[in-house]
Amino acid sequence: MTAIFDFILVTVALVDLALLGTSRLATSVRLAAVQGMALSLLPLLASDDGIGLRVLLFAAGIFVLKGLVFPGLLMRALRTADVRHEVGPYIRYAPSMLLGVLILATCFWLGSEFELPRPTISPLVLPIALATILIGLLLIVSRRTALNQVIGYIVLENGIFVFGAALALEEPFLVEIGVLLDVFVAVFVMGITIFHISREFDHIDVDQLSLLKE
Amino acid sequence: MVVALFLVPLVSGVLAYFLRKGDGPRRALLVGVALAHSAMTAFAWVEPLPPMFRGWFALDALGLLFLSITSVLFLAVSAYSVGYLARERRVSHVYFEERTRFTNEPEAIFTSCLLLFLGAMTFVAVSHHFGLLWVGVEATTLASAPMVYFHRHHRSLEATWKYLLICSVGIALALLGNFLLAVAATGTSAQSHSLVVGTLVSSGASLRLPWLRAAFLFFLVGYGTKMGLAPLHTWLPDAHSESPSPVSALLSGALLNCAFLALLRIYQVCLAAGAGAFCQELLRFFGLFSMAIAAVFILGQTDYKRMLAYSSVEHMGILALGVGLNGLGAFGALFHSVNHSLTKAWLFLVAGNILAVYETKSIDQVRGLQRTLPISGVLWLVGFLAITGSPPFGLFLSELTILRAAIDQGHGVVAALYLALLAVIFIGMANLVLPMVQGPASPTPGPSAERRERLWATVPPAVLCLAVLGLGVYIPPTLNVLLHSAARLAGGP
Amino acid sequence: MTVSAIVPPAFALVFAPLLIGVTNRTKAVFAGRQGAPLLQPYFDLVKLLGKGAVYSQTTTLVFRVGPMIGLAAVLTASLLMPFGGCRAPLAFGGDLILFVYLMGLARLFTVLAALDTGSSFEGMGASREVLFSTLAEPALLLALAAVGRETKTLSLSQMHELVPRLFWGHSSLILMLVAVVLFIVFLAENSRIPIDDPNTHLELTMIHEVMVLDHCGPDFAFIIYGAALKLWLLGSLIVGLLLPTRTGLRLADLLLSLAAMAAVAVLLGVVESTLARFRMMRVPVFLVGAVVLATVALILKYGGRLG
Repeated sequence: MTAIFDFILVTVALVDLALLGTSRLATSVRLAAVQGMALSLLPLLASDDGIGLRVLLFAAGIFVLKGLVFPGLLMRALRTADVRHEVGPYIRYAPSMLLGVLILATCFWLGSEFELPRPTISPLVLPIALATILIGLLLIVSRRTALNQVIGYIVLENGIFVFGAALALEEPFLVEIGVLLDVFVAVFVMGITIFHISREFDHIDVDQLSLLKE
Repeated sequence: MVVALFLVPLVSGVLAYFLRKGDGPRRALLVGVALAHSAMTAFAWVEPLPPMFRGWFALDALGLLFLSITSVLFLAVSAYSVGYLARERRVSHVYFEERTRFTNEPEAIFTSCLLLFLGAMTFVAVSHHFGLLWVGVEATTLASAPMVYFHRHHRSLEATWKYLLICSVGIALALLGNFLLAVAATGTSAQSHSLVVGTLVSSGASLRLPWLRAAFLFFLVGYGTKMGLAPLHTWLPDAHSESPSPVSALLSGALLNCAFLALLRIYQVCLAAGAGAFCQELLRFFGLFSMAIAAVFILGQTDYKRMLAYSSVEHMGILALGVGLNGLGAFGALFHSVNHSLTKAWLFLVAGNILAVYETKSIDQVRGLQRTLPISGVLWLVGFLAITGSPPFGLFLSELTILRAAIDQGHGVVAALYLALLAVIFIGMANLVLPMVQGPASPTPGPSAERRERLWATVPPAVLCLAVLGLGVYIPPTLNVLLHSAARLAGGP
Repeated sequence: MTVSAIVPPAFALVFAPLLIGVTNRTKAVFAGRQGAPLLQPYFDLVKLLGKGAVYSQTTTLVFRVGPMIGLAAVLTASLLMPFGGCRAPLAFGGDLILFVYLMGLARLFTVLAALDTGSSFEGMGASREVLFSTLAEPALLLALAAVGRETKTLSLSQMHELVPRLFWGHSSLILMLVAVVLFIVFLAENSRIPIDDPNTHLELTMIHEVMVLDHCGPDFAFIIYGAALKLWLLGSLIVGLLLPTRTGLRLADLLLSLAAMAAVAVLLGVVESTLARFRMMRVPVFLVGAVVLATVALILKYGGRLG
């Protein structure tokens, strides 16, 4: 059980690093889909009282949402915007991958400093959750294409999800559904906005969205 | 019953989207729901509503206070919006800065988002479970983003994107704060406390302090982004200046308060757990920093809606500072939030009138307001006096209360900085507003038919003005009782 | 030093060109061709040894000596690599560092010989080769360090013996990551697709081939044989660290390892046939990715407290 858990967590971390290194937008979307699908297995493995219907529904919901719906929305936005590649990010790909692994190392060190009140299923959870959150923020800040910023947001949410799911916190079902719904609508609205941006400006380079100053 | 408060707007929001028979029924629905919401809120004042769902939804003093502000504001804004939307239909859409044509968003989307927005804000006010509170705050962002993009042109799109992304990222960090709070609340017997405010406050002593402090920090960053505390405020000037005026009024007057309420909830828990001093230091720092940033950007501002937006940043700083000064400061902050919301809403509505006639957002090009638009001009001048804290308006009293709290507790430096920044902002705004109002009537580009002062455009701001004037002179006993009980929850006397 | 210690270098010397033959046959099958006979590399070597050599007037001693030192370095490295359950003849603690540096020495002299010709094509190839190996070497060392932490030893032969025990334990994740990194380094060091195309005839697209463009005759034979040995050695590194079982029977282990080497050669052929070469600017990012992967394998051991 722990081995599968570790395998999924390491997959999540590797996808993070791969996202930092890829310049093709379609690849980024697919990698985010893979991460989402991997994440959906975590609640099944982390639940203390066995795999009930509720946990199964929740995991299935996450799988469909993060693994199929979000990539679908983003690919549709990508197709209408007709962009293939990220244009010159603020931090280039090789240095940002190295920065990413540095973040991962720091989080591993931080993770060993913290004392969690309840033992988690694997000692890798806290570091990889923190690292995913930080790498999501790094993506948002360093990428210029609006689509990559949305993917950064999705990665950030994934990191927070890992944190929550793996600490096996008993969130009420209503809250879990509410959070899922919110993230879904957020990505949906962002996708529509990207569509509008590409139609209005003929590009989705947010660096050029700088008319509003002061 | 408590649940009905937010279900009614949410359902009507969805309904409004599908009402295609014409604008009339939709606008009637908007005003109708606003009236119903105010009626239900007034009822809650008289007859306290019991909590529902194991205490997840309840209306305590804090919630009722912010709910009332929201309700009053929404009523005023809905009355204004009916006329505003009617005018938007008639007038041609030429974008001022670039002289390009643009279109408007379909009115159905606008109205339904407006109602959904009301529902989401009410949801925040009545949620006592931190998870649901989070869902509500995120929902307010998502409901208001389409409204910022009502006028479809470059700048509003840029503002919408910044708003959407920055606030969503901030609120995602607040979700992490939720999880940290849950860790702080895990008991020793592997039984976690539920994340309901009441339960957490009553079991305050058994919460793990390091995790609670970390949770507060993430909440401060997350909900502080939504509230507009510097340095996380960068989305605010853009979003509040590019959105249509009624929406700006709601964003500044009601939405920032929702984020403040969310922050107050975690502050309540921290107080009960004994981490109050840590939180207060942070709040004081962010408060003063916001005021300073606002002062810097108001001096030399060229766009009057952005000036109002930075003024919102300043007042959010004052709110944070007030709560950060415990005791009397908390009372001052809550009273101040009432005053500020009413004043800022009226200012934004008047700004909408100015924009419609002068067709420019640039301060330099607006002159002789008191001659061109007499009522709006007076309201604008009086609004400036009110927002900068002149007596006899309510803001003077609330700001004085906060100053007293600072001096009573011996924070001399804080008090001095506070006064200095208030003075700087007064001077800055005076420099911008007074030339707008005085001077000869400048020829306005708009058609003369539009220069008439409409009832729907002047009555709502005037009513709000009278309310703030009234509060400066006399606080009704019921409001006083509510303010005191709310302040007690937030660390007041 | 037991008698079985002679087996690894002996196998390396004998079977290395066969590996190239297997790879070429695999590529031919993918392309729908009959392909050269499996023993073709041996025939090529014999042919080249019988030829005379022509040396340019602009070259110096370095050019003549380069291929010989390169081959000598790789031959010495073959004395450090275990195979099929047999320890290497010169195994000692820390020999993996010597191994990596002997490979580096071989590359150094190839590069020097290339620069010595004074031609711009060779210089271009040399600079690219050095850039890629600068990125590939840390990946190799970090990956081997990760395995070293697992097995608590820095000797290749000891790692070779201890790894199977780890394979089915908690370190399987780390070994998987190390496998991927080693395969990428394998592709990079041997100048294979997707880093370099060994079959290209356009000098502007060559990296390794252009460096050896001016050698002929016995020198070229040394270079080809050295390349084959390098392929064998890096392949046996992968096989040795990843073969999950040790039966204990000497012969069975050897046959198993040989089969695994053949599998690696076939895999190489498959990879070369299915992938296209990366754009030159993307190769450094790809290799940094390998370094990052190796670092993750290392960190997982340090921080994760796996197992």
